[in-house]
Amino acid sequence: MKAPVYFDYAATTPVDPRVAQKMSECLMTEGNFGNPASRSHKFGWEAEEAVELARKQVADLLNCDPREIVWTSGATESDNLAIKGIAQFYKGKGKHLITSKIEHKAVLDTCRHLERDGYEVTYLEPGEDGLITPQQVADAIREDTTLVSVMHVNNEIGVINDIAGIGEVCRAAKVFYHVDAAQSAGKIPVDLESLKVDLMSLSAHKMYGPKGVGVLYVRRKPRVRLEAQMHGGGHERGMRSGTLATHQLVGMGECCRIAQLEMASEADRTLALRERLRRGFDDMEEVYVNGDLNAHVPGIINMSFNYVEGESLIMSLPEIALSSGSACTSASLEPSYVLRALGMNDELAHSSLRFSVGRFTTEEDVDGAIKQVRHAVEKLRELSPLWDMYKDGVDLDSIEWAAH
Amino acid sequence: MAYSDQVMDHYQNPRNVGKFDDQDDQIGTGMVGAPACGDVMRLQIRVNDEGIIEDAKFKTYGCGSAIASSSLLTEWVKGRSLDDAAQIKNTEIAEELALPPVKIHCSVLAEDAIKAAVEDYRKKLAAQT
Repeated sequence: MKAPVYFDYAATTPVDPRVAQKMSECLMTEGNFGNPASRSHKFGWEAEEAVELARKQVADLLNCDPREIVWTSGATESDNLAIKGIAQFYKGKGKHLITSKIEHKAVLDTCRHLERDGYEVTYLEPGEDGLITPQQVADAIREDTTLVSVMHVNNEIGVINDIAGIGEVCRAAKVFYHVDAAQSAGKIPVDLESLKVDLMSLSAHKMYGPKGVGVLYVRRKPRVRLEAQMHGGGHERGMRSGTLATHQLVGMGECCRIAQLEMASEADRTLALRERLRRGFDDMEEVYVNGDLNAHVPGIINMSFNYVEGESLIMSLPEIALSSGSACTSASLEPSYVLRALGMNDELAHSSLRFSVGRFTTEEDVDGAIKQVRHAVEKLRELSPLWDMYKDGVDLDSIEWAAH
Repeated sequence: MAYSDQVMDHYQNPRNVGKFDDQDDQIGTGMVGAPACGDVMRLQIRVNDEGIIEDAKFKTYGCGSAIASSSLLTEWVKGRSLDDAAQIKNTEIAEELALPPVKIHCSVLAEDAIKAAVEDYRKKLAAQT
């Protein structure tokens, strides 16, 4: 069987060959394999140099000081370190945090954990457009609030939050602001010189780098302090101990360098592909785009094909690799909590697909996907009693369904 | 998740897809499930004067296992008496299709669907006499 065409760049990206090349130079005897913390010989010094170059490459992408970059194992660890680290360090000031209902699980589950430890968390509801407004944040801030965590780009629907506006609100109220930027860094400009963001989480594997490495940006001015979550040799200025994985960090540095260099042209290209995909369904009835397209990253689009169930739709698309907005496939049988939070009805949430395109997607891939999805939707609608009822003019809300 | 060959077969070539006129006295209709839960099955049977199911049709909104369960059911009920059809157990369907535990509810829904269709037909019959 031919390998399916990849439409899941928001889940992870393949490593760019230029990145893989740099990484492979840091592994073997003849390569740069030393421990960056070894101070007594050339192997250590060279590894340290490579790590510091990588740190600068990440800092350049974000327009910040390299000393503000803390290496981690990925955005999940960064989210944990930021949220628990701030909550615990500043618990003397208060034990209230603010986040949103459409954050990544790494943020939501960390907040849940803190709730069990006696913290209080406010979960903001996005509007129908999928966005959290600065005003909502301002209204939720209390005397005892220490941290706001609202993501930059949502991973399921691709909408971009106004992190500049939210940052202003937080700074004025003297509350720290953490941003999960796993889906935005390297895709759209992030300028930490101008943004009032105190902490930011990034992952390399969403931008053509390797899995298993990320960073937490921790602002120096005004100074942000954290309770470390990983203790040991005092690496990363005590904020995150553990021997630095030279090849991983070099990989992340290189993918950031490429992203910075090629961001503008790549954004144009991915946007054109995404729009080509979207327009491919223009003339189909009952197809909806989820989230505000006016505030959107180029590569992600989430669409609902009404009256067709997402899991069966994916099942009839064996030649396309994508994810259902519905979490049915993960055995929970619950529709996406993100789509639900937008106030979408359950049928539409059950009927959604997330397409994400990227560096190696071609027009031909997109055209093939449109053809296959259209065919599958038409076939499944023929099988769908709900489609029959819609065609007969029956209002589905007028029926008393027996929930099971 | 990998699907069994039986599920794939029914999913790719569903049997007896369609709709009967539900006003017809010979027709029993069972519609079970809810859009909010991601599964709706509509099963219809056509019953002759001897109380034997002559034909069956279905339409299902739901995952592949739900579609396969209802497709299989239409094959099984044809030629059975009403009592016999109402005896079909979800476990038989689950076993035939090799459904994993997380998909057992699809076979439960199919069992509910045939029971509902038989009941609908019997109500119609009772109303006539």
